Amino acid sequence: MSSSGSSDAYIDAAANVLGLSIEDSWKRAIRANLDVTLKLARLVHEFPLPDEAEPATIYEA
Amino acid sequence: MKHETPMMSGIEWLSASEIADAVHARKLSAFDVTNQALARIQGVGATLNAFTDVVSERARANARRIDVLIAGGGKPGPLAGVPFAVKNLFDVAGLPTRAGSKINRQRVPASNDATLIERMEAAGAILVGALNMGEYAYDFTGENVHDGPSRNPHDLTRMSGGSSGGSGSAVGGGLVPLALGSDTNGSIRVPSSFCGIFGLKPTYGRLSRGRTFPFVASLDHLGPFARSTRDLALAYDAMQGPDAQDAACVDREIEPVTSLLPKGVDGLRIALADGYFKKNLSPESSEAVLRVAKALSVTAEIEIPEAARARAAAYVITASEGASLHLERLRTRPQDFDPAVRDRLLAGAMVPSVFIDRAQKFRRWYRAQMLELFKNVDVILAPATPCVAPKIGQTTFMLDGEELPLRPNIGIYTQPISFIGLPVVAVPVPLDPMPVGVQVIAAPWREDIALRVAYALEQARVVNALRPKDI
Repeated sequence: MSSSGSSDAYIDAAANVLGLSIEDSWKRAIRANLDVTLKLARLVHEFPLPDEAEPATIYEA
Repeated sequence: MKHETPMMSGIEWLSASEIADAVHARKLSAFDVTNQALARIQGVGATLNAFTDVVSERARANARRIDVLIAGGGKPGPLAGVPFAVKNLFDVAGLPTRAGSKINRQRVPASNDATLIERMEAAGAILVGALNMGEYAYDFTGENVHDGPSRNPHDLTRMSGGSSGGSGSAVGGGLVPLALGSDTNGSIRVPSSFCGIFGLKPTYGRLSRGRTFPFVASLDHLGPFARSTRDLALAYDAMQGPDAQDAACVDREIEPVTSLLPKGVDGLRIALADGYFKKNLSPESSEAVLRVAKALSVTAEIEIPEAARARAAAYVITASEGASLHLERLRTRPQDFDPAVRDRLLAGAMVPSVFIDRAQKFRRWYRAQMLELFKNVDVILAPATPCVAPKIGQTTFMLDGEELPLRPNIGIYTQPISFIGLPVVAVPVPLDPMPVGVQVIAAPWREDIALRVAYALEQARVVNALRPKDI
């Protein structure tokens, strides 16, 4: 996956893995939404956190 | 406690507090109040399109029961005879919980009410129906392709905001004095802002989500809408308490706030959110925040670190958890979704998991930063929405001369706050022609402080749920 965004090939592969049937007419909107989400995800991912960072939710047995 | 002078005549514009007092004193019957509400829902309510279900028989039966109880010397509770309604993701016994969708209306009808409905009724309130919402709560507009848009009571051509669109429309339009909604990224605060009413998004985990249809378990909150701070507080007090039905609902003692409202704001350290929260503001949203700050004599400003990243992380978590919740429905019935919601959810399913894990780790870091800020401040003021209510169907808006997409940007100020579950009261600033809201944000579990500030602003007439001119 290029750093500039997703691709139809990625959407097709992910849909296959997830068991989703995607109409061709939906792909443009899916790709636009995915590109926005990935851009925001990368913004979060760039923020340096130590290896020891815990997720927000802590499970209790 | 002295009550505010009624702003409007007619039972429909009485506050919940006034109705309860009148019903207790037998100056009004719960039955008459209920019938008035039901008639208004059928009349004006049809124009607002706020309701998807009306439970008339149940409402009248409960109202009669309240009146009989009072006549016999019984005590029906602080919300005696007060009509209320709930976003249609709340389980209402006998109704399929539609959550704004086409698919869910084929669910088996709920066998029990949601926890919060039970608690409101235990306080004497009368459920009159379920309210329109954006499909599966993935919405900031209040529009719904299956049930039509909820309309803004101040301008019927404008959106109510969402996803608790019907809640905002119903309370702002005088159909009910109280409504319940949900807020994952802004869905109580946005309709409160656009419809010019008060809304409370409590601390994450404060109010039970038991027997409601979810959206994002990490971020879902439930809360009330009202036309006064006192009404908000009364509803909130009635609904507090632990509930084993909701894994996120904390086991915390009930902390009533209604009697604390007149304590005022003396001694509270209040600051205006700077940086991110001052960008992309329309003149109206900016004016609203400045009016509130001036009324509270606030000069201090505070920078919330990494607010843009917090918003981004909330967005990513929402996309992923929403997709996971709906994956089976996306597999089997994609054609029955709102296409706009469907395509967002499908995209959310495809976000690599490493990004979700990172967002949850960032969330813990951000929470620590915010708690540190709240060592030096009690209240933070921030805009609720970047603009007043747009037109129904509008897809872009102008900010600083630039055309921006509307839907993703409505929640830019609400998302960084709900991301870590801080309590917020959205207060309505009555600008002309359209109101707009301001967020009064407090530290976790300090709903009392946020409500005290809202109450003081209301007493000073700086914030006010104005009656719409044409309804």
